[in-house]
Amino acid sequence: MKLNDLVKQTSGWLKGTGPNSDIVISSRVRLARNLEKVTFSNWANKKQKEQALGIISPVVKDVDSIKNNGLLLKVADMSNIDKQFLVERHLVSREHITNIESHAVAISNDETLSVMINEEDHLRIQILQPGLNLDECWRKSEQMDATLSKKLSFAFSPKWGYLTACPTNTGTGMRASIMLHLPALVLTKQINRVIQAIIKLGLTVRGLFGEGTEAAGNFFQISNQVSLGRSEEEIVDNIKRIIRQVLEYEQNARKALITQNKSGLSDQVWRSYGILKNAHIISSSETIELLSNVRLGIDLGLIKGLTTKVINELFIFTQPAHLQKLENKVLNSQQRDIKRAELIREKIK
Amino acid sequence: MVCQICGNKTATVHLTEIINDQMTELHLCEHCAKDKGIAGLGQPFGLQDLLAGLVDFGAPVTSSGGKKVVVKCPNCKMTYEDFRKSGRLGCSQCYDVFKETLEPLLKKIHGSIQHLGKAPVRSGEIMKTKKTLQDLQLRLQKAIQAEAFEDAAKLRDEIKKIEKKNK
Repeated sequence: MKLNDLVKQTSGWLKGTGPNSDIVISSRVRLARNLEKVTFSNWANKKQKEQALGIISPVVKDVDSIKNNGLLLKVADMSNIDKQFLVERHLVSREHITNIESHAVAISNDETLSVMINEEDHLRIQILQPGLNLDECWRKSEQMDATLSKKLSFAFSPKWGYLTACPTNTGTGMRASIMLHLPALVLTKQINRVIQAIIKLGLTVRGLFGEGTEAAGNFFQISNQVSLGRSEEEIVDNIKRIIRQVLEYEQNARKALITQNKSGLSDQVWRSYGILKNAHIISSSETIELLSNVRLGIDLGLIKGLTTKVINELFIFTQPAHLQKLENKVLNSQQRDIKRAELIREKIK
Repeated sequence: MVCQICGNKTATVHLTEIINDQMTELHLCEHCAKDKGIAGLGQPFGLQDLLAGLVDFGAPVTSSGGKKVVVKCPNCKMTYEDFRKSGRLGCSQCYDVFKETLEPLLKKIHGSIQHLGKAPVRSGEIMKTKKTLQDLQLRLQKAIQAEAFEDAAKLRDEIKKIEKKNK
């Protein structure tokens, strides 16, 4: 597989399948791991980073899901568009493409596994699944971790667990997160109360593209804050319990919207559909907002004949780097707004 | 404390910036912080970046002959000051070197300082201990045959120790 092949496919986690996929877009588990005694990437000099990369990449390359038609790329070899493209696809973090010295990434064929090498930690193993499926994420990431630990000696202390560059990741090195679409809680103005409650329960809430991003398009990413003093299973169970509650709130809000104000809701949904279907110039932020409304319309059965998968894809494919990969050339912001509208008209018929 | 911008509302957002060793502090109310783009959901700095503020337990110093010596990790040469600035450790050994200040910090972040999750399967290490045990047992047999009982006793203790450790 080549990097350019990715633009032709839908990421495995974006398919709109899996449990509760009307509200839950995807589930993710990330594990941070470091090599024993080797200087952590953020503090290492060039030579040390190269050394770490030299130790890690042959082992990662040899893992079945990478060996079988996967990818292993050095970030420094990529174009700026390609780097941004991988961020938009949730395969690397923004930090990973900012400071690129000796950085690399391995990606499985279906994009459900990615391993960042030399990010803040030597390894960041990520498993993404569609829908509410944290158990599967944890099972697969544990498998990957076990495979790698047979050949790499990970920094670990019986007392403090896996030792990471940042003390907020020490212990399990695990961050489990769920991406939710919560338009009804936003429309009914209950979202702030729900977020406050989630934060009080020790979880973090973020936007569509992770740390430091806005909650555009009514997307919210909920993840654990604590990584030490709890087992991985406990962390997963805790999130699942809280998410189930959030799902119920969203479902109730959707029901209330459709029973109390069906005309208002239909109006908003169909106006959004109309603009998307007819616009010739459209910005990224307007797109996300309108797509969110249309997605709600599909979930509630107001819009028929359009699948969640198409809308999910559009969320990602209308991002700047994706549009430029599709066109295969650099586009300025105005050209992107035109291309974006064109792509949407083509997909929503 | 009142907001440094509007001078009206109570400051609830406290931002410390360190640029080229120059520390500046900003105390803002939520409203002004939002205007400046530094508050609310999607703020550009997460908990990790606020760590630098949390790590303020005073640098560990050891004195030798009246002179104060800065604690430095022998493996990666990170000093406590380096850690305080970046909020990131330099290598796995830093955890031992900065143990005293790390422990309260980890407790503060996680509410616990005892790992309860999985441990790595280190097949390399298991193989190594196996081999060491085999070697020791062989030497023990030889020692017994040679009637070198003092050596044998030592070897027996060593084997027991390893076996106990790997239980």
